[in-house]
Amino acid sequence: MSPLIGLHTRLLVQGLGDAGTFHTDKAIAYGTDVVAAVRPGKGGQSVRFSGQTDHSGVPGRPDTYDVEVPSFDTVAEAVAATGANASVVFVPPPFAADAIMEAADAGIELVVAITEGIPIMDMVRVKRFLEGKRTRLIGPNCPGLTKPRECKIGIMPGYIHSPGKVGVVSRSGTLTYEAVKQLTDIGLGQTLAVGIGGDPVNGTSFIDMLRVFQDDPATEAVLMIGEIGGTAEEAAAAFIREHVTKPVAAFIAGTTAPPGKRMGHAGAIISGGTGTAAEKIAALEAAGVVVARTPSDMGSAVVEAIRRRG
Amino acid sequence: MKIHEYQAKELLAPFGVAVPLGRAATTPDEAVAAVAPLIEESGNPVVVVKAQIHAGGRGKGTFKEHPGLRGVNVVTDGATGGVPAAEAKVRELAERMLGSTLVTVQTGPAGKQVNRLYVEQGMDIQRELYLSVVLDRSIGRNVVMVSTEGGMDIEEVAARTPEKIVRVAIDPLLGLADYQARALAFALGLKGEAHKKGVALFKAVARAAEELDTDLLEVNPLVVTGQGDVVALDAKVSIDANAMFRHPEVAGLRDLSEEDPAEVEASRYGLSFIKLDGNVGCLVNGAGLAMATMDTIKEVGGEPANFLDVGGSATEEKVAAAFEIITRDPNVRGIFVNIFGGIMKCDTIANGVVAAVRKVGLDVPLVVRLEGTNSELGKRIIDESGLDVISATDMKDGARKIVELAGRAS
Repeated sequence: MSPLIGLHTRLLVQGLGDAGTFHTDKAIAYGTDVVAAVRPGKGGQSVRFSGQTDHSGVPGRPDTYDVEVPSFDTVAEAVAATGANASVVFVPPPFAADAIMEAADAGIELVVAITEGIPIMDMVRVKRFLEGKRTRLIGPNCPGLTKPRECKIGIMPGYIHSPGKVGVVSRSGTLTYEAVKQLTDIGLGQTLAVGIGGDPVNGTSFIDMLRVFQDDPATEAVLMIGEIGGTAEEAAAAFIREHVTKPVAAFIAGTTAPPGKRMGHAGAIISGGTGTAAEKIAALEAAGVVVARTPSDMGSAVVEAIRRRG
Repeated sequence: MKIHEYQAKELLAPFGVAVPLGRAATTPDEAVAAVAPLIEESGNPVVVVKAQIHAGGRGKGTFKEHPGLRGVNVVTDGATGGVPAAEAKVRELAERMLGSTLVTVQTGPAGKQVNRLYVEQGMDIQRELYLSVVLDRSIGRNVVMVSTEGGMDIEEVAARTPEKIVRVAIDPLLGLADYQARALAFALGLKGEAHKKGVALFKAVARAAEELDTDLLEVNPLVVTGQGDVVALDAKVSIDANAMFRHPEVAGLRDLSEEDPAEVEASRYGLSFIKLDGNVGCLVNGAGLAMATMDTIKEVGGEPANFLDVGGSATEEKVAAAFEIITRDPNVRGIFVNIFGGIMKCDTIANGVVAAVRKVGLDVPLVVRLEGTNSELGKRIIDESGLDVISATDMKDGARKIVELAGRAS
């Protein structure tokens, strides 16, 4: 049984615009069970996805797919009709917070918000709304998550993944791909790769994912990718020291970032002298984490972390 | 999005935040014209002339052209010489301040040109306090933060005397509760009339922060006057760029002259661009990867000329615009395109780069690394374009190649 997602995942898509449609197709090609789409006003219609799977030629797995995904007006209807237990949100920023809350209200266990550019205050309200609910939110402004060979939710390129033993958690999208590819290339593979997103207010934190990986018997080591801004990496370092017995490696982006400038992500800014890469690296190293000096060394940092724990 | 002090005060006043009377001016004549009505309305012969730039530390900042002149000047001439004396002094100040370069701790040594002044009524200041509403990321809520140490840099207060900072978190569903606002007023030692006014003001700023989508709302100093009024003497407001779609009235307050022209142009195309001092131009998808690319360039001995994230939804036009913005920087001696496509497709990047090079030409070496969604297609487009492009196998390989080539070119 894999953490968070796997063959049991029945995915619902909220927002079938260009990006939503493109990546839904890619998810199905990867093998994800996409059971419904929510398109208010278009309930009763369906969208067809067909093509070659990513694993064509692999024995025991289908070479092609041809799927009719039914559309519903509301998430509640989609859940009742299809038993969807996870949702991915591609809804545009002004409406994305509402879409997340609708999914949570319908009892969806896992909501993955890909949307970039949601107002901070909307996410403050969403976070408050989710208190006491069983829904886990990943993101927003994140690439999603992939359980190699079983399930892919979001926008990560599928082919870079391979089943293995490293849990990956990252604040950055494209850096997650770098990390995943390196782990695949050196043969360690991944149990699960999760991008938690670069916004200042998000659903799932480093600590939440460290807890998942620590409890997951298949995960033997963890790679954590942080960046400048905030104190989430420092909090993670404190958690690792107390609660994580598995080897942990890390990379922090933004060593050369100038203070006071927002580096793309709403959350990536050095302000008032805090949130620097140097502080984060020091905190992680003090907690026994092997920190890669450049992103090209992320894979070898994991190898080193495993070696040190013997 | 940053706005000026006078604009911040105009936004806050309707929420019930007391602010001094004032008028903005872009010429000495406008500044002088503000004096008589201000003195008459306020009954105070003192006026204050404040430089308006998007940077703090103006009160202690000085002008490059006039080393003795500060960014904020109190004019007391009206107390003895009446309105004409005040007007004469304001004219003299405005003529020297407007068009000159103000250097503060936040502007950097280059300073910023002053194009606007704010002329304000004088205040009978009894106490200077600190107030702000900021996001506490660890709890995902805004907090109201106050301190008795007004007028000081809050980071300094936090470092030296953290016990002097009192904060309460705002429940987004309920707003700032009365008891929380009272607790802040008690913590500041506000008494009588000032206590009542303080409570009302704290509730007002909490509401303003939510309704205006501020990502920073700072009043430093918040002053208590001899009459027991609690007034925002300064105000610094920045609006969450992601929320601008629901604040069209605020969008008009943007002052483009305060921003780097290349960054303004980039933002028009939805690109995230920050100019830096090096000679290696970078075009990357994803903020984390863009930062990591800068870090890697530095690691292998080079200096990045910029941070540039084309984002996830870039079109060929956006990519071409990004390329043009990078090549326009005369310091750039080489360009590194580093793409790991997820939501971004490599063929889109490739087409954009090819289109841009055809349009603006290419005088410097170009290293391209394409990985991820549609990478094979992207590589083929580059190969078949016939452009002089060096391909890289991974980020470090690309960084090494471009740093070497840029070094040779300069």
